[in-house]
Amino acid sequence: MDKNLLIPDTFFADDDRVDGVAKVTGKAIFSAEHQLANMAYGVFVCSTIAKGSIKNMILADAKRAAGVLDIIYYANCPTVPGYNAYSKDPNKKGYEWRGLKVFNTNQVFSNGQPIAMVIADTMERAVHAASLVKVEYNKAESDTDFDAAKNDEKKLKKPGEYKRGEADAYKKGEIIVEEEYNIPSETHNPMELHATIAAWDGDDKLTVYDKSQGPKGTQRDLAQCFGLDEKNVRVVTEYVGGAFGSALRSWPHVPAAVIAAKKVKRPVKLIVTREQMFTTVGYRPHAWQKIGISASKDGKLTGITHQAVSITSRYEDFGEGIVNPSQFMYNSPNVNTSYRLLPMDVNTPTWMRGPGPATGCFALESALDELSYKLNIDPIELRLINHADVNPVNKLPWTTKFLKECYAMGKEKIGWQNRPTVPGSLTEDGMLVGYGMAGGVFGAGRGQATAKGILNADGTLILQSAVSDMGPGTSTAAVAVASENMGLPKRMVSFELGDTEYPTGPTQGGSGTTSAIGTAIIAVCTALKQSLKEMAISSVPAFANSKPEALKYDAGIISMSDNAAINISYTDILKAANKPVIEVIKEAGKQTADPQKYAMNSFSVHFVKLHVHPVTGVIKLKQIVSAADAGKIIAVKPARSQMVGGAVGGIGMALTEEVVTDNRYGRYTNANLADYHVPVNADAPPMEILFVNQPDNIISPTGAKGIGEIALVGVAPAIANAVYNATGKRIRQLPITPDKLI
Amino acid sequence: IIVDSRTSVLDALRENLNLKGTKKGCDHGQCGACTVHIDGKRINSCLSLAVMNEGKKITTIEGLANGDKLHPMQEAFIKHDGFQCGYCTPGQIMSAVCCVKEGHANNADEIREYMSGNICRCGAYPNIVDAIMEVKKGGQTL
Repeated sequence: MDKNLLIPDTFFADDDRVDGVAKVTGKAIFSAEHQLANMAYGVFVCSTIAKGSIKNMILADAKRAAGVLDIIYYANCPTVPGYNAYSKDPNKKGYEWRGLKVFNTNQVFSNGQPIAMVIADTMERAVHAASLVKVEYNKAESDTDFDAAKNDEKKLKKPGEYKRGEADAYKKGEIIVEEEYNIPSETHNPMELHATIAAWDGDDKLTVYDKSQGPKGTQRDLAQCFGLDEKNVRVVTEYVGGAFGSALRSWPHVPAAVIAAKKVKRPVKLIVTREQMFTTVGYRPHAWQKIGISASKDGKLTGITHQAVSITSRYEDFGEGIVNPSQFMYNSPNVNTSYRLLPMDVNTPTWMRGPGPATGCFALESALDELSYKLNIDPIELRLINHADVNPVNKLPWTTKFLKECYAMGKEKIGWQNRPTVPGSLTEDGMLVGYGMAGGVFGAGRGQATAKGILNADGTLILQSAVSDMGPGTSTAAVAVASENMGLPKRMVSFELGDTEYPTGPTQGGSGTTSAIGTAIIAVCTALKQSLKEMAISSVPAFANSKPEALKYDAGIISMSDNAAINISYTDILKAANKPVIEVIKEAGKQTADPQKYAMNSFSVHFVKLHVHPVTGVIKLKQIVSAADAGKIIAVKPARSQMVGGAVGGIGMALTEEVVTDNRYGRYTNANLADYHVPVNADAPPMEILFVNQPDNIISPTGAKGIGEIALVGVAPAIANAVYNATGKRIRQLPITPDKLI
Repeated sequence: IIVDSRTSVLDALRENLNLKGTKKGCDHGQCGACTVHIDGKRINSCLSLAVMNEGKKITTIEGLANGDKLHPMQEAFIKHDGFQCGYCTPGQIMSAVCCVKEGHANNADEIREYMSGNICRCGAYPNIVDAIMEVKKGGQTL
């Protein structure tokens, strides 16, 4: 690796977000903020039982309340074509709506399920009227006690098993760790509430302003659900106020707003309240895991067995790759994994930042740490001993892998030599001091994307794609890629997104946006350069009779390859051709890398230094160092912020976040931001972010792999490992609250 | 303006005055996204009724810049990338301005404590601290 490519902190300049001014001045407009004429307001009424059916809706008081336009519930809900679809195949027209079919029946599947919607002429009137709706239920006994049911084989669904070598080989190992891990459900709770504004134009045209990570996906879902042509459904989602996976699919409020707008014949705005964000939108599923891992005395792994069970709803199976990292992160001749789902009376969980590996790596990386103490081998050394040079599952080489570099960079930055080898033996200012580390991983395959380029005679380049930007800096990265490829200053380039009127962009998820959209933009730039060359030949006399191959494009100038003195700027070419604009649309197909030939992953290693109060068990993080092998860094400042933000998310997972359920009622007891503790400013220590910054040109010509997930995956176990180093207490049940340390 | 007696300052700004810069994050005073200045003090605008504030001077994010000239705190947030999605940002900036004015920005730990009423789920906290430290060091009148 070229040492000069390591990016020092001082580099972070001149990479400001292209939408920064809009965001700091309040001019960035989010989905609920579009102002439509004659707009009405919808408010959900949600169930207060977890299982059963609605016996009676008592609506008289609510209907009498001032300003009420309608109250929609199962008995008066108009027919929704997608609820009774003729095909379950998502590739065929008329596929069935996935997930809860809101207002479809009187059945209650979870507590907090939307069961009615009040529509009124002002927000205050709708909120008040919703409070007047009374519901009588036929209540059935519900079961939400995951911990009690997680090992009950009769209740588990079996999505997947994996084995190489001998199953449960760890049991015969020389040095063995065998432990269970439990992570409660966590919620995304982005700061922007999920919201939808729906407006019909006649019976067959629909415009929706929606918080979505994939406007094209939302368009497709709504077209199918309401039996419309896709081109007649427009979805706008210019700014997305965080999502972290919660807006990867459409939850019940999206069709609900559309149904309501149809029924009252006015645009309807429906904002999901913070409390409803816990029960109508997905969450990271509660997961139980067991790891058995063994090594020979020299530290070589001899067996890994990883089992996991995670919660899902009664009406939908949601599973994720929890056990996958144990299959390929480290060399071990014997590995077996099993993953099962436990349906309970809850709403459906979904992908949350680092889905799968975030949960799985907590167990794997905690177990490795535990093993390192038993072996008396440094935890970094243990990982290096078992480093996988090729993917152990399929024996394929990685496109790029700079995990060893991440260990080396992070180790130096955190001051790993200060780590006590005996837990609980180091104090600073009366506090116990601990150091911990753990690795993270996520897939880095590239998806499909299309972009349009509009090169104007005034020299500006506008790029468009129907992708959305929930915060990672998609626009900033897109502008950076175009600026580099066209050799134009960033101020001449802009990126327009978040509207299905633009060409199909990728759904923003799985850390793949920049590599996908960047590849399409590179294709657009190549096509624009070719057009400019052809235009120079046809319209500029000095280039007449030349072949395009004999021309060179460099930083906005077309010249003869063999004679730089013959040159013309791109704006002058457009003028000479009397063309106000060149437009091209280019699609970049799926990854150029052959998945039969390569393994594709991003990697990270997180290092933590923390203090633990010896009496109260209060944890104070002192420093986090995160090192990432994310391919080439396209826009440094937002990339660094993603890593910082992922670490903060990991702090929440490790120390504060937990959905607490009262299993008597199947109801969350902490569905608000005062009782569900997301990290605040005082929880976040100073951070150092290190990028290996080596391009991966096999996955994408941009060189980028991905950042968003590996920023979080591995942070929680690094913290748990540091807590053990400080206290000698191994906490395997998240979050690590002070009561678990005293 | 004429508002419903139940209308919060936040909803009056957003729904009645079309000033959408002030954000709704929880409607319970738990997240700080709706922070505005009322008579110079930072306040969660979702927790105060519009009718209680007749005649008071309310400053929102839209009123912070001087025309096209950004407020120093806005500039510092851009420079230090004190945000990602931008949704909590108006509240963070309004809060940060008061944090400095109150004299609660003397060191990083103090800033972390006095900015902990403003949640940023994207986790831009270290960058927000850097931005506020820079404005404090700059010593401009805010």
